[in-house]
Amino acid sequence: MTARDLSVGIDVGGTNTDAVALDGAGRVLAWTKQPTTPDVTSGIRAALVAVLRQLGDRRALVSRVMLGTTHATNAIVRRRDLDRVAVIRLGAPASTEFPPLSGWPAELRDAVLAGTSIAGGGHLVDGFPISPLDPDAIRRFLDSLDGGFDAVAVCGIFSPSFPEQELEVGDLVRGHVGEVPLSLSHEVGALGLLERENATVLNAALGRVAGEVTRALLTVVAEEGLDADTFFAQNDGTLMAVDYAARYPVLTIGSGPANSIRGAAFLSGASDAIIIDVGGTTSDLGVLASGFPRESTLPREIGGVRTNFRMPDILSLGLGGGTIVDTAAGAFGADSVGYRIAEESLLFGGSTATLTDARAAVTGSPVAGRELPTLSATQRAGLAGALAMAHDRIESAVERMSLGRASLPLVVVGGGGFLVPDRVLGATEVLRPEQGNVANAVGAAIALAGGRADQLCELPERAAAIEAASRAAVEKAVQAGADPLRVEVVDILETPISYTTRPTLRVSVKAAGPLARIGDETQHPHTTSQKEAS
Amino acid sequence: MPHSPERPGPELRLIARDDVAALAAGAAIFGTGGGGAVHTVQLAVEIAIEEHGSVPLIGIDELGPGDAAIVLSAIGAPSVGIEMLGAGGQAETIVREVERMTGTRVTAVMAAEIGGSNGVAPVGWAARLGIAVLDADGMGRAFPEATMISMNVAGMPSEWAVMADAVGNLSTLRVISMAWLERHARAITVASGGISLGAHYLLTRETAPGAVIEGTVSRAIEVGRALLASPEPVEALAETLDADVVVRGKLVDVERRTESGFTRGSVTIEGTGADRGRLVRVEVQNENLVVLEDGRVTASVPDLITIVDAETGEAISTELLRFGQRVAVLAWACDPLWRSPRGLELAGPPAFGYDIPYVPFARATAEAAR
Repeated sequence: MTARDLSVGIDVGGTNTDAVALDGAGRVLAWTKQPTTPDVTSGIRAALVAVLRQLGDRRALVSRVMLGTTHATNAIVRRRDLDRVAVIRLGAPASTEFPPLSGWPAELRDAVLAGTSIAGGGHLVDGFPISPLDPDAIRRFLDSLDGGFDAVAVCGIFSPSFPEQELEVGDLVRGHVGEVPLSLSHEVGALGLLERENATVLNAALGRVAGEVTRALLTVVAEEGLDADTFFAQNDGTLMAVDYAARYPVLTIGSGPANSIRGAAFLSGASDAIIIDVGGTTSDLGVLASGFPRESTLPREIGGVRTNFRMPDILSLGLGGGTIVDTAAGAFGADSVGYRIAEESLLFGGSTATLTDARAAVTGSPVAGRELPTLSATQRAGLAGALAMAHDRIESAVERMSLGRASLPLVVVGGGGFLVPDRVLGATEVLRPEQGNVANAVGAAIALAGGRADQLCELPERAAAIEAASRAAVEKAVQAGADPLRVEVVDILETPISYTTRPTLRVSVKAAGPLARIGDETQHPHTTSQKEAS
Repeated sequence: MPHSPERPGPELRLIARDDVAALAAGAAIFGTGGGGAVHTVQLAVEIAIEEHGSVPLIGIDELGPGDAAIVLSAIGAPSVGIEMLGAGGQAETIVREVERMTGTRVTAVMAAEIGGSNGVAPVGWAARLGIAVLDADGMGRAFPEATMISMNVAGMPSEWAVMADAVGNLSTLRVISMAWLERHARAITVASGGISLGAHYLLTRETAPGAVIEGTVSRAIEVGRALLASPEPVEALAETLDADVVVRGKLVDVERRTESGFTRGSVTIEGTGADRGRLVRVEVQNENLVVLEDGRVTASVPDLITIVDAETGEAISTELLRFGQRVAVLAWACDPLWRSPRGLELAGPPAFGYDIPYVPFARATAEAAR
């Protein structure tokens, strides 16, 4: 009997929905690019159907379908389909200087907010209670909203270190108003009250969107009669099981760049590499370190809301295949003809000089069957100057991402990849994997399942705290679908904290592992995790 | 060309909501890596101004006969400060207690340190209290200890402090010296969960001259505006601050350890572009303190050293320094007060445990131009 070890990765982007099918050895068996549709389901369906058709009889061997999507981001950015959230912060009178949702764009706040309460509860950094929990005040707050909310977000001061109280309040809320979607901050983010609270409220607001997109994936998979587990890609390049994604949709935000980086590196065979994805208007560079995208340390805004998610460290350059060249100056600016390149560029008979034309003028046409019209010497010189400028920009960007150590290969993907020269200072070699055009979908298909956990501890208890955080991170990874036998700790971050009774440390641990295999003894990763954890 | 800072124009006499972002960006630069993150406090000040209106910014020469200012600041660990946020009534609790204790009406607040969150927050407290902010501070930058303040350099006696925490506890301290104030304030802060708000010194038109560093609030706004408005933020900062860009490059090593309550460590920056081939080390505690290259000290505390994002020019606090960041290091001269014997005794390199002589920082580019 043949192993059912095929994976399908689907990436829903702003323009295209890509899908690939990989076998157990990671070979790309089928791929497709379909237009993204306004309704969630059609684009996913078209992409899935297209790769399944290419697979033929082997479609029965598909055991997993992974989806990377920008739906959550779009819902927030467009302020559409958002649920109304009752926000309960625990820790009064501390933090009253900052009402919940401070600094949110007004129309997003109006779309999301049902009401807020800063109630008693919360902890000091050392675990001492700030004030007693006030169950009556919480019940009164919920009653005052008169049912005008779809979800509840709970955020306690120092809850990532002392999570029990949020769980208690979660039970209290359900006991009072019945079954309601709950987002607890310690499950969503790390220390940093406002940023974590923001992410928790966004998560709660995304319930309906998460439901739609998870249903869409499950529907399409069921329509095609696939006996496959379904997963969602998240911001750090790891996967979540669908039930987990339905509860933590905010974690899908930022999965696109993470998948692109991992997919590109995978296709090239590198585990440490610099990746450049050259599109029509911009080029994005990222770094893969030990199999994961290098993370940015700067706080990230989502739709104008500040969160403390760790996102891939991306450097964006304003140059791509459609970038418009000023031939008189031998230079280019930020403008691009974008998707109209097939009408407006010189190579396609148009009248606008682009970087694609520059490449054609200097080293030959990158588009089969297309040649440049006759150009004046000035035009040729201008195009050559612009291409040299693009090469310089790319080279210095690679140099910056590589930290000056020319020990990493540069992996080139994206439709404008021909703009990258074959030798780049700062990279050991330039790799151009086949199927680089669907690197995002490949990244989704090969993603690992992961989890992160934070812990505060006094310095002498460092080892125990790292162990506890590691256990929690492993448990989260397994909940997200990782094989309990193969999950491992992949990152440990330690930050000392001053002004505490004794030297204190914050440790943050990330664990990740390959997905549990279908056909292994335990069919459901979630069940496995509970067994493993006990 | 040496830059001569312009005198603040009359448009700065009120700090409006739209000035807060520039103040925050500028205060972060003067934070020299410490002083706490400005984003959260910027939000608090904007909320306070929206609710209570713009805040008058006055010079010490504008203090009237019946006026008095208190020096108000948050004390504690930035990493706790992002989680344990302040209570709306903390500043008022303190002001009422100071008025009760001294029998003097408080009509203005002054930042203890312009650097970091403490340089921004007083504007919000003043808005809530309906009083003015002094265009001055006690450091001209950020420092980690309460003793490192201009009033102490000037020899102003420090006899009391009033502290309020976010939970509602109020403490009044009667102390025999600044050093004891520091010790007790620290203990109370730890008991309060690592962060609290404190006031000390009553400044009047008689006592303030010579004991504070003047013009620093409007200067921070000016620096912040230059940073936010320029397409070349690092150059704009150097120009406005009269600073040198010591090096541009990448952070290739970050080493951290905790000793006696402070985070200590060093970061190494590998030059890129025109600085390729150079390795610059910055010794870091709560603030950036010493710059070394080829074993030679090129800048040191109390002169100012700030590490900024090479692209945006935004200051990066010491806690957020990470391997791989692309940065520029700026250094510029401190207020002359800190270069006095008493100033160096309190805040020179030995005060931070560095056995090196202090060499006043002078702009390499300015020297070369001569």
